[in-house]
Amino acid sequence: MASGTVAALAQWLGASALSHTIQTHAWVIPTLQTVHILCVALVFSSVILVDLRALRLLQRDASLEEVARRFLPAVLPLVLVLLATGILLIIGEPKRSLLNETFYLKLALIGLSLVLTAALRRAFSRGFLEEGARWQRAGQLVAGLSMLAWCGVLFAGRWIAYTQVDG
Amino acid sequence: MMLRELFDTLEASGLAEHIRENDNLFPLIESLHVVAVSLVVGSIFAVDLRLLGVSWTARPASRVANGILPLTWAAFALAACTGGLMFISHAVKYLGNACFDAKLLLIAVAGINMVVFHLIASRDQARWDVQARPPFKARVAGGLSIALWISVVACGRWIGFTMEVG
Repeated sequence: MASGTVAALAQWLGASALSHTIQTHAWVIPTLQTVHILCVALVFSSVILVDLRALRLLQRDASLEEVARRFLPAVLPLVLVLLATGILLIIGEPKRSLLNETFYLKLALIGLSLVLTAALRRAFSRGFLEEGARWQRAGQLVAGLSMLAWCGVLFAGRWIAYTQVDG
Repeated sequence: MMLRELFDTLEASGLAEHIRENDNLFPLIESLHVVAVSLVVGSIFAVDLRLLGVSWTARPASRVANGILPLTWAAFALAACTGGLMFISHAVKYLGNACFDAKLLLIAVAGINMVVFHLIASRDQARWDVQARPPFKARVAGGLSIALWISVVACGRWIGFTMEVG
């Protein structure tokens, strides 16, 4: 069973020296979580600012291309920091996430959010989001969905703390 | 003490009890708080980085700020409301938590930093608005703001590790 494999992985990770180090220094997990949430704040705000511009709700005096050029390039490097801090948090408390359905929901939502953000990037690079463009509505729909999906990532992230199985 | 009575009353209110008793309400409010705080911090950083002369330097500093700050303020209002709801659910415990007290203090200092910037640095903003590298006083305000908000987030996260609720 796949769940048995995951449980074994969680067991193995939890018994590792790195996991032990993370667990025995009380400041490590809150520090990692702080760095993680700060990067979440930057990624989320960057995407939302571009989405809000695509929806013509904010920064209309700058072109969508200009806003996107300012905010989107930072997303990928920040996602890499999120991946690193996320992996360390999993190693520190493997059961908290690996044996938690909410964690997998979060991963799925991250995948969806990244796809939507990439789709938005393609949409404006092809001019779909220009004023009066034929596909403007479709582009704006992608922007709206992207905002919802990223909100879902943050909700699922916080909810992990409430659905962990004890042990 | 008057203040203590007020917090006792808030904590005993039906709304506070509802937040304490309902299994999903607290996580829901907390998740909204995370969304709001993320937007506050992320959007303020975008303005601060412009004040530091680090990013979006081709755009006048005032335009960067005016374009982004409406989102910051809306998110701050949501963060304050959701934070207030979480607070009344365990008001006395929160007040006794050093991380919570530090967080409120740091938010106040961040607010003072912003007001001081408006009173001093932005008075002659028209003169440096288009400069890629704003004057020292503006860079100080931007740098302080980033440091303060990082500390606010750290204190917020630490509340969860230092407060016993149950």
